Amino acid sequence: MHTQASVPTSPASKILWAAIALVGAFCLGVVALRRGEPINAIWLVAAAIAVFVIGYRFYGRFVERHVLQLDPSRATPAMRHPDGLDYVPTDKWVVFGHHFAAIAGAGPLVGPVLAAQMGYLPGTLWILIGVVFAGAVQDFMILALSLRRDGRSLGHMLREELGPLPGVVAMFGVLVLMMIVLAVLALVVVKALTHSPWGTFTVAATIPIALLMGVYLRWLRPGRILEVSIIGLVLLLGSIWLGRFVAESATLAPLFDFDAKALAWLLIAYGFCASVLPVWLLLAPRDYLSTFLKIGTIALLALAIFLAAPVLQMAAVTRFIDGTGPVFQGNLFPFLFITIACGAVSGWHSIIASGTTPKLLANEGEARLVGYGGMLMEAFVAIMALVAAASLHPGVYFAMNSPAALIGTTAEHAAQTISQWGFVVTPDQLTQTARDIGEASVLSRAGGAPTLAVGMARLLHEILPGGGMMAFWYHYAILFEALFILTTVDAGTRVGRFMIQEIAGLIHKPLQQTESWTGNLLATAICVGLWGYFLYQGAVDPLGGINTLWPLFGIANQMLAAIALLLATVVVVKLKRERFVWVPGIPALWLIVCTLAAGYEKLAGPISFTAAARKYAAAAADGRLLAPARNVEEMQRIVTNNYVDAALTGLFMVLVLAMVAFALRTIVRAWRINHPTANEEPYVPLDAVAQSAP
Amino acid sequence: MKRWLRTAWSRAVQTARLCCGVPDYDVYVRHLRAHHPDRPVPSYAAFFRERQEARYRGTGGRCC
Repeated sequence: MHTQASVPTSPASKILWAAIALVGAFCLGVVALRRGEPINAIWLVAAAIAVFVIGYRFYGRFVERHVLQLDPSRATPAMRHPDGLDYVPTDKWVVFGHHFAAIAGAGPLVGPVLAAQMGYLPGTLWILIGVVFAGAVQDFMILALSLRRDGRSLGHMLREELGPLPGVVAMFGVLVLMMIVLAVLALVVVKALTHSPWGTFTVAATIPIALLMGVYLRWLRPGRILEVSIIGLVLLLGSIWLGRFVAESATLAPLFDFDAKALAWLLIAYGFCASVLPVWLLLAPRDYLSTFLKIGTIALLALAIFLAAPVLQMAAVTRFIDGTGPVFQGNLFPFLFITIACGAVSGWHSIIASGTTPKLLANEGEARLVGYGGMLMEAFVAIMALVAAASLHPGVYFAMNSPAALIGTTAEHAAQTISQWGFVVTPDQLTQTARDIGEASVLSRAGGAPTLAVGMARLLHEILPGGGMMAFWYHYAILFEALFILTTVDAGTRVGRFMIQEIAGLIHKPLQQTESWTGNLLATAICVGLWGYFLYQGAVDPLGGINTLWPLFGIANQMLAAIALLLATVVVVKLKRERFVWVPGIPALWLIVCTLAAGYEKLAGPISFTAAARKYAAAAADGRLLAPARNVEEMQRIVTNNYVDAALTGLFMVLVLAMVAFALRTIVRAWRINHPTANEEPYVPLDAVAQSAP
Repeated sequence: MKRWLRTAWSRAVQTARLCCGVPDYDVYVRHLRAHHPDRPVPSYAAFFRERQEARYRGTGGRCC
């Protein structure tokens, strides 16, 4: 057990911290100031590490001591009532690993790749500043709040501290957010697999592999996770190897060659079937594989970046900060701050930080490592994704991430257009990249995953050369992302189903029973229908889908972060620690401003959904057809889709404003009362329960 | 050194299992013996199955 009670700083440690600060400042200076000549990624990585270490040591500790006033002598929920299952005092590094595995997903890999269109500098600065002052603060504070409240969930804490109505409003927001998350992640898979027989084959192969693992784990060797995961991994690598022959075979390749629409339907059907099957058969085994593969791949990426030390080919700042970028539309403010959500600050983490993690901590003094430190690790993943994208040839980057509506469908046309933007590239470079990775084309593969996969494949190829290995690594990276996205789609559909059943239960009680097949299938169908609608809409979108859906996702995710930080602000005031109200308050305010500004621009103005809808409606009225619509009906559908997106944006804005009003009301009330009013569990000394713990 | 390695390995296994939603079986058995001697101790297979079901019942422990 360690305590943090005012250990005096020794001269040696002062010198060490001064040295870290100097190194960090120097690296950051190189990253920010060197113009005209490309810099090595190591500068960026070193600057990031220095910022994280200093942020953890100083700001993290400040939040711990003064704002949260965590007390190592106070018993945590795991110590007060251990049950051996959920509430288990656990070693802090084990909790850290568990927490990091739960928060790290596709988000921090995709957002920074998309944001690289503005150059690597804006994204880097937002990740570094955002994580230290907003993201890590949110995760840490929500974890600590839950720790003081018996490990309660975010929704429960909102109900207790703000009132029942704000709790319901926030829960509704979470449900809508989840539908957008599932749609946009499924769309990333669709974009990566469109007309890619190799990729589609390997992803399809994960289904029989997972089924086999499920049976093995259930009947042959119950509970042997490590064993079965190794078997699964070997089979997966085998399927990547086989994929090459499928792609080259004239008879097999067409069987796995689909366009975006067909893939969207396949994923919708898959999502429905997978989420009604028993969990042990498909979901759980694939979950194990994707969890281990995720951690392994992140480690591999870090190793590749350190060993290959790539040069950043993308400019520090490109002309697209003016809002005319092809990957996503909109100015640096506010769109950079909603495009990179996970990695800088992610609302979704507040759900995890108030889930299993607070029930595992054995000591309040360990919360900073897990909450604040875990988020810093995630930011590091985001930095690595940014490095992988920025180390690509900018021409290749834009060819992969721009919609066909802008760059056309041939390498010649794409190279010409992108060269005109100022990123000189030859058609040869584009076709050679496609050949290297074993695909027919690299054009318009938006969504982050393929770009990251090409970047990763290049880095890994550099440290582990070998003929044809780049194609292997590319498909490995695609498979790894698709694997955990499919796991999220499956698990998310189940969670969405429970939430829908809970809401439906308010109207008609019997629907709430999760054992009832009618209620079950009905809620699953609604849930799949909701995210499936947005997925299909993305698949037929004129600008390629990601362009449309990612801002919606960003707005929703940052909205949830704003809600979580508002909760933290309310609690700080309720605890009568008003002079620290700025710690969660300023990031909350910043996110509210960003979501509302982005929401407003998506609702009205030149880049809004309404403007797009009007453009298509006007063309339809004149009897003209605009690509990609091929008939009047499709024109009409694009108009409707855009109005739905506009309505959804409006809904998110109303939700944010409602939560702000609820929070302000509570803050004003608590400010006037002269004693603490937060609902913390009473203090129990650790010594009193330490003997009875298991 | 050997002891250190063994601890590191068991921590790694514990972390990996926890990431899959399976808590430490030995801890659970010890807890049952100490606090609920009347309850039967499940086999590891039964314990594993119960945890597997429980993982996907709640509000989902994963991120985007």
